[in-house]
Amino acid sequence: MAELTLIEAVNQAFAYEMRADKEVVLLGEDVGVNGGVFRATDGLIDEFGSERVVDTPLAESVIVGMGIGMAAQGLKPVVELQFMGFIYPAVDQIINHAARLRNRTRGRLTCPMVIRAPFGGGIHAPEHHSESTEALFAHMPGVRVVIPSSPARAYGLLLAAIRDPDPVIFLEPKRVYRLGKQDIDDNGEALPLDSCFVLRDGIDVTLVSWGASIKETLEAATELSQLGIDAEVIDVATISPLDIDTILDSVTRTGRCVIVHEAARSFGAGAEIAAQLAGEGITSLLAPVKRVTGFDTVMPLYRQEDDYLPNVSRVIDAVKQCMEYR
Amino acid sequence: MQGSEFNIETIETLDTEGQLQRPLPEGLADRDKLVELYRLMVLTRVFDRTAINLQRTGAMGTYPSCEGQEAIGVGIGFAMRDDDVLVPYYRDVATQIRRDVLMEEILVYWGGDERGQDYQRQSQDFPVCIPIATQSCHAVGVAYAIKYRKQDRAVVTTCGDGATSKGDFYESINIAGAMSLPVVFVVNNNQWAISVPLEKQTAARTIAQKAFAAGIKGIRVDGNDPIAVYEVITEALERARRDHQPTLVEALSYRLCDHTTADDATRYRDAQEYDEARAIEPLIRFKRLLQNEYDWSDADDKALYEDCDDRVKKATEVYQASTGQPAGEFFDHMFAEPPTDLARQKKAWLDAVKHRG
Repeated sequence: MAELTLIEAVNQAFAYEMRADKEVVLLGEDVGVNGGVFRATDGLIDEFGSERVVDTPLAESVIVGMGIGMAAQGLKPVVELQFMGFIYPAVDQIINHAARLRNRTRGRLTCPMVIRAPFGGGIHAPEHHSESTEALFAHMPGVRVVIPSSPARAYGLLLAAIRDPDPVIFLEPKRVYRLGKQDIDDNGEALPLDSCFVLRDGIDVTLVSWGASIKETLEAATELSQLGIDAEVIDVATISPLDIDTILDSVTRTGRCVIVHEAARSFGAGAEIAAQLAGEGITSLLAPVKRVTGFDTVMPLYRQEDDYLPNVSRVIDAVKQCMEYR
Repeated sequence: MQGSEFNIETIETLDTEGQLQRPLPEGLADRDKLVELYRLMVLTRVFDRTAINLQRTGAMGTYPSCEGQEAIGVGIGFAMRDDDVLVPYYRDVATQIRRDVLMEEILVYWGGDERGQDYQRQSQDFPVCIPIATQSCHAVGVAYAIKYRKQDRAVVTTCGDGATSKGDFYESINIAGAMSLPVVFVVNNNQWAISVPLEKQTAARTIAQKAFAAGIKGIRVDGNDPIAVYEVITEALERARRDHQPTLVEALSYRLCDHTTADDATRYRDAQEYDEARAIEPLIRFKRLLQNEYDWSDADDKALYEDCDDRVKKATEVYQASTGQPAGEFFDHMFAEPPTDLARQKKAWLDAVKHRG
């Protein structure tokens, strides 16, 4: 048992799985000698060698594309794209190939790969380093989109992602990479994909979030309890395919739902959750579903990033509106 | 400013009259082998024309012909070993047939049914790639896996001349060089990317020279000459397997067909240029070689064509007799196990179909 940050938990999951499975190969820019710009792969090249922890040229499309070729041969490549803002040259490879190789060969070839990228704002990074565009990928049939929000879930979900027989886009909320530690038993136990995690039980309102925003959402729940409002908090974790059942079950009990995410509002993953609640849970709802999100603007540079990101008071305001709705 | 000076070798074995310029390579140096090569070119031509007819008569969807470019596919097909891996684009019918992809499977795919890419006798080759140049990246990954496992095999990937303008092509030849990977990139330079001729595609004098920027070997070959293609690819594959050195091969051909059945090349192609290319196409010159050197008679030729007609006819019959997929089959191959919501979508769709009767 060791106390680890989220980024250390990522590193530990790699080390565990690479010891257990020789088919796991990491590749990306700076993942080898440098150990990744956030140190996710720190030290792994020393233990596993440069054939398994591969420094690649600076070319995102071929990094993902070669991962597809490796996966089709039965390796389990884990590719790192340094920031989500630089994932877009590889989108062609993801949507046209990784997501459909199994389908277009009717299972003759498959793509058991993980595509990792740090994402989200809040670390005063330069332009193009702070966006949250998970919804782009959640809209692609054939890939999973998984987002951990704590060290323990980073460890368990990354193991699950590597072992999954299909492509997983694993987005790491870099704002919470080093924010707090958790005891993690390095026992190789994966957590389930395609499942939400209920982080706090409550009866008055359901707060649904993922990634770094889980932090503000949990803080808001604590403050709300002092106001006599008992909030349930759900970490969606796997954005796509969505575990709507857990959310529906909660909202059936609470009758109210506030969705919190960093990404721009329109057509975001929150819209899908709200639509499913309207479609399947309308009779349970006591108030309209509220969303606390980023805005439909370019992510501002860091002087204004806190104005863009959801914060505790915006969550509390939304919950109050929900509770007061008649 | 002029481009830098360098030399690109162009390999030719058979001239346009079908005369051998050099001794035959080992592996093709007997009549039976040459006839086998010719047979695959003819089979490909017959298949190709049948596929176009199927499309024209409404029995199949859009199809990309490879007429005039058969020698490239045949040369690659004969040079590859069974355990090598092909990562093809959509004008590689000849290579695919050689590698045990069934002709009926190719028809099934272009006939709108994914099952045509679930090759029954070919487990590792990639299916044909439609997004241009993206397949180059997959070939690099397959080559990495081969090298990682210390296997004695290699990869061949193909693309057209237009594809060499794309980033994925450059990224792939570059990384293959940087990582020393066992892969051969073959460019079918058929002079056209739909309606855009090569001179609008690039100012580079050759496509092979693009290899130099990536630090890998680049070579040109007469793509209308299956013997030369065979020689060049065989050598490149040996270099890939033995030394993990990648090669870029530019095979010069001419697209004696429309881009696909949805295209009409007469809108942009000069008739005289076409006639000139038609006169030096691969089947004509190879037949001359057989006639001049190997007592190939008109009767031999007729018998070979009849045999190919027969094989293509049988494949067509299998295609036309193929039954549709079971209802809702398109839901079934997105993931190893269907996620809950997708399973519900399938069930709802099936229930609705049943309800409507």
